[in-house]
This record gives sequence, structure tokens and C-alpha cells, in this order.
Amino acid sequence: MTDAHPMIEAEGLSKSYDGLKAIDRLSFQVMRGEILGFLGPNGAGKTTTMKILTSYIAPSEGRARVKGFDVVEESLSVRRHLGYLPENAPLYHDMIVRDYLEFVSELRQIPMENRKKSLKKSVEHCGLGDVMSRPIGDLSKGFRQRVGLAQAMIHEPEILILDEPTSGLDPNQIVEIRELIKELGKERTVILSTHNLGEVQVTCQRVIIIHKGKIVADGTQADLQASQGGYRCEALFASERLNPVDAESALRALEGVKRVERLPEGESGTAGFRILSEASGDPRAAIFRKAVEKGWILLELRREAMNLEQIFRQLTLTEGKGSEKEAKPS
Amino acid sequence: MKSTLAICRRDMGSYFNSPVAYIVITVFLLFVGVLFFVPFFSMGKASARELFGVIPFLYIFFVPAITMRLIAEEKHTGTIEVLSTMPVRDGEVIIGKFLAALGLLAVALLLTIPYPIAISTMGKLDWGPVLGGYIGLILMGSSYLSIGILASSVTKNQIVAFVIALFLSMAFMLLDRFLYFLPSALSSILEYFSLSYHFRNISRGVVDSRDVLFFVSFTATGLLLSLYALQSRRWR
Repeated sequence: MTDAHPMIEAEGLSKSYDGLKAIDRLSFQVMRGEILGFLGPNGAGKTTTMKILTSYIAPSEGRARVKGFDVVEESLSVRRHLGYLPENAPLYHDMIVRDYLEFVSELRQIPMENRKKSLKKSVEHCGLGDVMSRPIGDLSKGFRQRVGLAQAMIHEPEILILDEPTSGLDPNQIVEIRELIKELGKERTVILSTHNLGEVQVTCQRVIIIHKGKIVADGTQADLQASQGGYRCEALFASERLNPVDAESALRALEGVKRVERLPEGESGTAGFRILSEASGDPRAAIFRKAVEKGWILLELRREAMNLEQIFRQLTLTEGKGSEKEAKPS
Repeated sequence: MKSTLAICRRDMGSYFNSPVAYIVITVFLLFVGVLFFVPFFSMGKASARELFGVIPFLYIFFVPAITMRLIAEEKHTGTIEVLSTMPVRDGEVIIGKFLAALGLLAVALLLTIPYPIAISTMGKLDWGPVLGGYIGLILMGSSYLSIGILASSVTKNQIVAFVIALFLSMAFMLLDRFLYFLPSALSSILEYFSLSYHFRNISRGVVDSRDVLFFVSFTATGLLLSLYALQSRRWR
């Protein structure tokens, strides 16, 4: 699935607008067949990065290569291998869908004999069959987004760059677009940006979190959880032979445990705790041994990995603190 | 080349599929009619010369109206980003749009031909200067179009593009009207850059290669500057 040469390489990319750094020395690589999610708060630099990769703008410093072609020096070759959906799917609202897609096929230099076929394929993929003869301006936001996607994939590019492909869509449409992206990602390299965490969780194999123009995390979801999140356990004991205050301090004393919280009263006759541990260790075995030792009755012990949302908040809310940490994919 | 034509066709389509082209052409023809025929009847001579005095004046408003949206609107809606990330050169974009606007201008001029035909029914009309006049109008129109496209490529706002184009066009038209106030060395230079000066030569029926060359290089310069303006996003 992956081969040795990265499809996209960025080395120390920086871009300043009027002295303000939009992105600051970004470096990353994307391999063939990867679906990479750019995650970050609004204004973090996701769009700027994508505009550089599509060679729409040039970086102030650093360089980027797409399929081995430099985005500044060999812009035309870069653009041939890309499909791009900019933010908000800008389209000519006065054109009808069919005319627009034919216009795109022409500019994409799809050979005449393949045009019908490729048009049909992308129309089917994006579910545009019923709106082909309607003006784009009359379509709903969801359909426009799909026209944008059809435009980006009509020439079957090896690399797709999608800036917030699901923004402004309703939940059903979001699911459809995600499925479509996953489908596309099977044979292509896809970079998508979003500030929707659920999206990354469902769609992407790998995540880069950008905050204030810097990469604060890069890795698979599991990597990120391991490096940033640590583990969270919830343990539920029968309360008959246990003093909650003692138990809390006993659990806190376990090796690798960072924090212990009492869970709100649930079932009667039970006492629950949430235990947060260091990234390195799984505390479940220690909890079990402690319970045996003290004679507590352990009713439930569940580990949940820190989810992306918590990692994201941790990385993007704490000023400076998390910003130099980096998790490399293993 | 194919991309240029595709872009030209698309922009032509967007002119003629919306009311823009029809409104602009109608207003243009209306003004040509009024401004030309009112003095024509008091003159009592079968000459189309006045026609070629009226149209260059109307260009000042007409041309910015057809060019203002060409690039500014694409910047405003963001479609320029899609266009510029396709394997299309920026030069092809500019030329495609120029040709589309030139097409619209040519249609408008074609629709003024009934005027000289009408004149020819009233008396003997010398067609030589009329032909020269139309060649001059196309050349001069191209120059104004290049100004308009330049104005459209420096802003996202169509109204701003219109005003800039109007102002620049007016300046280049009136350049030779200020000559009396200036030393003669300077005035001959200014005269050379005046579009109306070269147009007057051609519309007398003398299509001189020097005037043609002037218009062509003026247009090329305008389009080249537009190209730089469009590409400035890369080095800003």
C-alpha cells in the first residue's frame, strides 16, 4: 500500500502575511494511500498550508514537493497531479452543473475520448445525476459541496486536497461525503482539513494537529493517544467493604497514576473512580492487585483511551506548554 | 491554447447567459443612437465621422462595465483558486478573459453597423473611413479592455475595478487635451500615449502600421501588467 517515496513532502514551510506568521516551519510527509487529517482551530494555518501544497501561493520559506515536483518551480506539474477543493467550494453559480464539469474536464486536459466516461464516473461517485442540468447557484450547500468534489476528482488525480469538505453540511450529507472520501482514499492520497474532531476520527488514518501555525502533534490516532493522552480507567467497586476516601488515596498511590476522581453516584451500593495514568503504563493490573489486597469487590474495570477531542483541547488550549511536543508515527 | 479557448467560451457564456451583456449592449446602442443622430440631422451631411467621435467616448463607460467582473468576481467568490490550481497558465486565464470581453465588444460594434447603413441610404457615404473607423474601434477597444482587465485583477471589488478602469481610461483618452498647457517636447510624448490621437489617424481612413503597432503594444502591456497582478499572490 505504501511505497518508499512520499507523495507529499514539506520541509520547514513558513508563510507570513504582513509580518504575521500564518504557518511556522511545518515539516511533514504523506505517503501513497494515506488519508491525512489536518486538525486545528480556525486560523491555525490549515488553509494556508493547503494553498501552498496546491501551489496557489508560494511559501515565504521552506519548500514543498508533490510527487517529487517542487510547488514553486514546477507548479504546472504539481497541479496536474492534484485535485483541490478549496474552502466553501467556490463555483460559478451561473453555470449549470454539466457545463461546469465539462469546462473542468477541458481545463484538466482529459483526452476527448475519455471525457464522457470520467464525467459519468465522478457524477455517479458524487451522486449528482439528478442535478446535472440545474444551475449551480440553485443547488443546496450539500450539492454544491458535491459538485466541488466532483470537480476535484474528475481527472482521477493521485492526490486530493480537500479544505473542510464537510463544512456546512447536514449530518446525513456529512456521512455520505465521509464515505466518499474513504472510498477515494483507497487508491489515492488524501489530505483533508477540518476542525471537526469526529470527522478525523472516522475518516483519517493519520492526524496532524496544527496550532498557531505549528505542528503540535503528528501521528496515527493510537500514537497520539499513547503520547499525549495516557490512559483513562473507570473502576467500579461495591461500596460495602470500602471507604471511598481511603480508596481514593490508595489508588492515587499506585505507580503511574496521575489523578483519581470520584465518579458521581451511580448505582446504589457502588463507588466509582476515574483513574488517569501516565502514557507509559496501563494501570489496570495494579488496580486489580490493589483490590485483591484490600479485599474490595471490583465490579467493573474499563479502560478508555483518551479521545481525540481531549487531546486536541489539551494541545490547543494550553498556551505554549504542549506546543513543542511532537509525536512521531511509530 | 485549448485552455484559453475554454476560458474564453466560459466567460462568453457567463456574459450571454445573464442579463449583463444584454443590458450593457442595449444601453450602449441607445447612447450611440442618441449622441450620434441628434447632431447628425442638424449637420445635413452623409458622414459617419461623428459615429467615431461618439463611440470612443462611450468606451470610457462601456468597457469598464464589461471588464470589471472578469477577475475581481473570481477573486471575490474564490473560483480563481480553483482555476489557478488547474494545469492552466495564468497567461492563458488572462488571454481567455480578454478574448471573451473582446467578443462582447465586437458584438456591440457589429450592432452599430445599421447606423452607417442608414446613413448610406440618405446620401453618398464614403465606406473607406467607415472601415478604418471600425478597425480603429476594435484596436482602441482592445487597449481599453486591457486597462479594464488590469483594474479587475488588482481588486476583489467589481465597483472598485470599474472606477479604476474608468479613471485610467479617461486619463489615456484626455491625455492630448492638456497639450496646450505643456512645453512642446513633453506634449509630443504625451500625445504619443494618447489613445484618441492614434485613433484619429486611423478613423480618417489611413490605417498606418505605426498606429496599429501602438494599440497592439498598449494592449499587450496592459495584459502583461494584469498577469503580474494576478501572479502577485505567489510572491506576496
